[in-house]
Amino acid sequence: MAKQAVSFTLNGKTVDVLVEPRELLIHTLRENLNQTGAHIGCETSHCGVCTVDIDGESVKSCTLLTVQTAGSDVKSVEGMATADGLHVIQQAFVDEHGLQCGFCTPGMLMRAYRFLQENPDPNDEEIRWGMSGNLCRCTGYQNIINAVRTAAKNLQQA
Amino acid sequence: MIPSCFEYHKATSIADAIAKLQDNEDAKLLAGGHSLLPMMKLRFSEAPYLVDINGIEGLKGISIDGDTITIGAMTTESELIRSDILQQYCPLLVEAAKLVADPQVRNKGTIGGDVAHGDPGNDHPAVMLALDAQLVIHGPDGERMIPANGFFLGTYWTALEEYEILVAIKVPALTSGTGHGYHKLKRKTGDYAVAGSAVVVEMNGDVVRDIRIGLTNVAPMAIRAEAAEDLIRGKRVDDVLLKAVEKAIVAACDPAVDLRGDEEYKSHMAAIMARRSIIQAIENAKE
Amino acid sequence: MDTVADKQKREDSLNGVGCSRKRKEDARFIQGKGNYTDDIKMPGMLFADMVRSPYAHARIISINTEKALALPGVHAVLTAADLKPLNLHWMPTLAGDVQAVLADEKVHFQYQEVALVVADDRYIAADAIDLVEVEYEELPVLVDPHKAMTAEAPILREDLVGKMEGAHSTRKHDNHIFNWQAGEKDATDRVFDAAEVTVSQDMVYHRVHPCPLETCGCVASMDKINGKLTVYLTSQAPHVVRTVVSMLSGLPESSVRIVSPDIGGGFGNKVGIYPGYVASIVASIVLGVPVKWVEDRMENISTTAFARDYHMRGELAADSNGIIKALRVNVLADHGAFDSCADPSKFPAGFMHICTGSYDIPVAHLNVDGVYTNKAPGGVSYRCSFRVTEAVYVIERTMDVLAQKLGIDKAEIRRRNFVKKEQFPYTTCLGFELDSGDYHTALEKVLDAVDYKGLRREQEEKRANGELMGIGLVTFTEVVGAGPSKSCDILGVGMFDSAEIRVHPTGSVMARMGTITQGQGHQTTYAQIIASELGITSDEIAIEEGDTDTSPYGLGTYGSRSTPVGGAATAVAARKIKAKAKKIAAHLLEVSEDDLEWEVDRFKVKGVPGQEKTMKDIAWAAYNNVPEGMEPGLEAVDYYDPPNFTFPFGAYLCVVDIDKDTGVTDIRRFYALDDCGTRINPMIIDGQIHGGLTEGYAVAMGQEMPYDEEGNLLGNTLMDYFLPTFVETPKWETDYTVTPSPHHPIGAKGVAESPHVGSIPTFTSAMVDAFAHLDVTHMDMPHNAYRVWKQIKALGLLDN
Repeated sequence: MAKQAVSFTLNGKTVDVLVEPRELLIHTLRENLNQTGAHIGCETSHCGVCTVDIDGESVKSCTLLTVQTAGSDVKSVEGMATADGLHVIQQAFVDEHGLQCGFCTPGMLMRAYRFLQENPDPNDEEIRWGMSGNLCRCTGYQNIINAVRTAAKNLQQA
Repeated sequence: MIPSCFEYHKATSIADAIAKLQDNEDAKLLAGGHSLLPMMKLRFSEAPYLVDINGIEGLKGISIDGDTITIGAMTTESELIRSDILQQYCPLLVEAAKLVADPQVRNKGTIGGDVAHGDPGNDHPAVMLALDAQLVIHGPDGERMIPANGFFLGTYWTALEEYEILVAIKVPALTSGTGHGYHKLKRKTGDYAVAGSAVVVEMNGDVVRDIRIGLTNVAPMAIRAEAAEDLIRGKRVDDVLLKAVEKAIVAACDPAVDLRGDEEYKSHMAAIMARRSIIQAIENAKE
Repeated sequence: MDTVADKQKREDSLNGVGCSRKRKEDARFIQGKGNYTDDIKMPGMLFADMVRSPYAHARIISINTEKALALPGVHAVLTAADLKPLNLHWMPTLAGDVQAVLADEKVHFQYQEVALVVADDRYIAADAIDLVEVEYEELPVLVDPHKAMTAEAPILREDLVGKMEGAHSTRKHDNHIFNWQAGEKDATDRVFDAAEVTVSQDMVYHRVHPCPLETCGCVASMDKINGKLTVYLTSQAPHVVRTVVSMLSGLPESSVRIVSPDIGGGFGNKVGIYPGYVASIVASIVLGVPVKWVEDRMENISTTAFARDYHMRGELAADSNGIIKALRVNVLADHGAFDSCADPSKFPAGFMHICTGSYDIPVAHLNVDGVYTNKAPGGVSYRCSFRVTEAVYVIERTMDVLAQKLGIDKAEIRRRNFVKKEQFPYTTCLGFELDSGDYHTALEKVLDAVDYKGLRREQEEKRANGELMGIGLVTFTEVVGAGPSKSCDILGVGMFDSAEIRVHPTGSVMARMGTITQGQGHQTTYAQIIASELGITSDEIAIEEGDTDTSPYGLGTYGSRSTPVGGAATAVAARKIKAKAKKIAAHLLEVSEDDLEWEVDRFKVKGVPGQEKTMKDIAWAAYNNVPEGMEPGLEAVDYYDPPNFTFPFGAYLCVVDIDKDTGVTDIRRFYALDDCGTRINPMIIDGQIHGGLTEGYAVAMGQEMPYDEEGNLLGNTLMDYFLPTFVETPKWETDYTVTPSPHHPIGAKGVAESPHVGSIPTFTSAMVDAFAHLDVTHMDMPHNAYRVWKQIKALGLLDN
């Protein structure tokens, strides 16, 4: 199948890739652009480890064609920290022990990044609902909830 | 899990999309993609040609004109949830959308895709039945509008003809004295319903003037529980009546057996979900 | 200043044992810079995908690879016929059986590996597997293990016909794998015959899967110029993999390098050696380029390492006061098509003989029969030590049944039968020496914390109203830290573990271990152990694991063995360094070693303030000023062969409310008290416990791997297989007591598996308790709404 040229913005930089129509964004990010932060877990859009942010929304990149992202603004975990240091949410995950094996963490962080813009002051119940598209097998979620709550507090103070 | 090869076309207009469906054998529409792409990755479904209708202007958005709310077919679940119009005039859609899949999937999944896919497990078909929605369809011969009641014909089978596209959904705005309820039993977040039920009632004091009960995932397609509706119409609802309604609903169900449960369980759960939705709808109507 | 405050400040600055320091490994994970197997890319790397059987039992008539090979971008299609000349079409399992690498004439389970396609990328490989044409002749399928040893059962393993001497015992039937027993059968039977009270309960510990979010995979790279094979592989036991690969391939162990990079969760799924690994290695050797193979989720759930599938009967004999006189346990173990359990060699049923639990039981007998069925092989330890989850389940469930029969409260019957604090070390009648414990204190602490009596009163009221509320209680004892090499080995290699510590001239430390972290935080906790032993801040201690070229040989991380064995090796190696440091300090201070005392981070001359040398001073001196005759440098290695296992324990309580209409269960409260001995990092311990409880919740309440009569696995995606989300997962309450292990160098016992082992029977205990007033004694897992509703209906509780 003929490949198509696709351009989009990834973490603020324009990227150009040549892909088959069937290529999934997660593979383009990981194989083509060497951004291996987002992972592959279930491939049926249940686990959320492939979550990235596209045009201001959290999206599971295993269930999106790269050709669909033409012209989009894509953010991945690699774009979270800046020259000034870690993002408040990243630091909160460290401080609250919100990660263990780290495999779900990039997706979890990207979802938290968007969720806290959708709901800057969530209670625990809202965190559970808002983060429910991301699975974790290690933490039992409790410390991730603490991390998101802490991040919300710190973001509001920042 | 990798889909087979296909060609991809990003449609620029509804007419363009229809033309591409006509020109390419077995072409499929790509809406949110969260039903289609997993099926294609598992190679349960193959499409040689995908027509992406995400970029078409006019397929998105929610507006109200008089008593009628119009929802573009490509409006996402998240947009339904965030809609002030729906929260005020059709909260049933908001509540149902909140129970669809998970936040990320709701950002991509569309109401039109959910309705037109014909999957009995999808949530919106039963909601459409309960709302008595009208479906706006474009095809090679122009536009037609048909009621949701009668649209769902079987599993992955709807009244959509070849090359037709569902472009919008029209639902009545909630008026005084009407109420609604939606209950869905699922194994976990992200799962399809074991059973679900959407209910809209019109009350006249304590008496139910009219009621529509839609059921999710307990038959080859979303169904109306008409026998149960007949039992309630014109009556005051009490425990005795609800018991009879539950029996009528169980009788109306014909669910597929899977890991969510056998026929007996799913049918009974449909009855329980309907009962809860009826009670909720009557409560809502009082407010 | 030599004040108490100064000492405390120095102590705190170590970030050593007992502190909740933040994890050293987090920086890379939160920035997307973890390095997992599928992240690895090598020049010229190809991608492999597996052709799998749609049938559970079938003869392979033919395999036609022509069309697949004709697809542009396809480099090879390997079948058993290609592996046969290399004698690699079958491989030995860790359990003394053999397993087909690629199906040889027959397939024995659905999704069994039939051919490996190697292509330019994963897209082409996926297309190519559809083009491999395999003709099958279906055979009768054996799914029910209870029918495995009947006369009419189809014979599954034709390769074993006539070989009636199995790896562990004589085989009674062609589908029989082993019989294994512990304890005294006759003496136990005699007690049962004469007992005042006996109870017997059948229970199925259903088949489940560890299902880490990262699936299994590898990148095999044969460097033909240098004759070196490097394999990046998601392994919980990389050194064992190297030994096996060396034995299989004929390459010297020094020419095989296995690297476990970051691992996205293991939970037992990544202990085994899978056909995909072996086939990929062969492909790389044949093609001379790196080959990557990574499972998809369906392959993961369907083929690599299920857990449990134990069909058990627990029986207790007691007097009328509930004092236990004997225990009898019978198990029928479904191992699937090949016996590829990963247990210590002499223990085909793992440590199932810990089934005497926390109780003082005079005599017991355990009988286990393993059988083949047309299901995927495995039988691994899913977040537990070998078969310990099964053992704890059978004893805790049977204890409840006994309590119920006698009308004794389930807390009280446990109190009456506990091994008492003063009885430790206590040798169980099935042969374990429990190292330490204080079961009464743990139980009472939990009962007080939740107001157990109040809960029971509330339950009485609820029952009177027809509501279903259950209280589950479990007091478990685990056996972890395998293990003493006198009894424990894998393929003949003793189950020691190792640490190698090197102190640099400036006093920072590099240490390498034979274990491998998968989220447990080894880079942090091992550093904390060394920090406290050597008085060097854990911030400056780097931990490396997982590369067999650089780390000392170890048996890996599973069965909660890292802290009990690897952690002990770490402490002992550090002490060897400290002993040398003391000699150097004495030399530097010109005193005898006997004149020195250790304080936090330095040796001080007793009674002479100011006369002291810090570990940093000593490290520098180790490279330029050592006593005459001493070799320079400051490093040590320890291979630690533990004198005994460790025995963590705990008391868990769970309160459930069940919706009678739907069967939906609300976990209202879950209180988990764990005693893992010395606590190295309380923050990490809590995290491990939350995770283990959540996995226990998943197993008890929803996970299942049902097979239909044709041997088709129903539900092998995350649509069906239950991984609880944020929404379903209960809120956990944790608590602890500290009873150090007397034989472990720092008294630590291991913790990560207790919550899984302990919570599962607690959930069942709570569920059954909700129906106990209706004479229900047991309900099999998973306690999903559907099954619970069936129970409600069977009891006539539906409002009709």
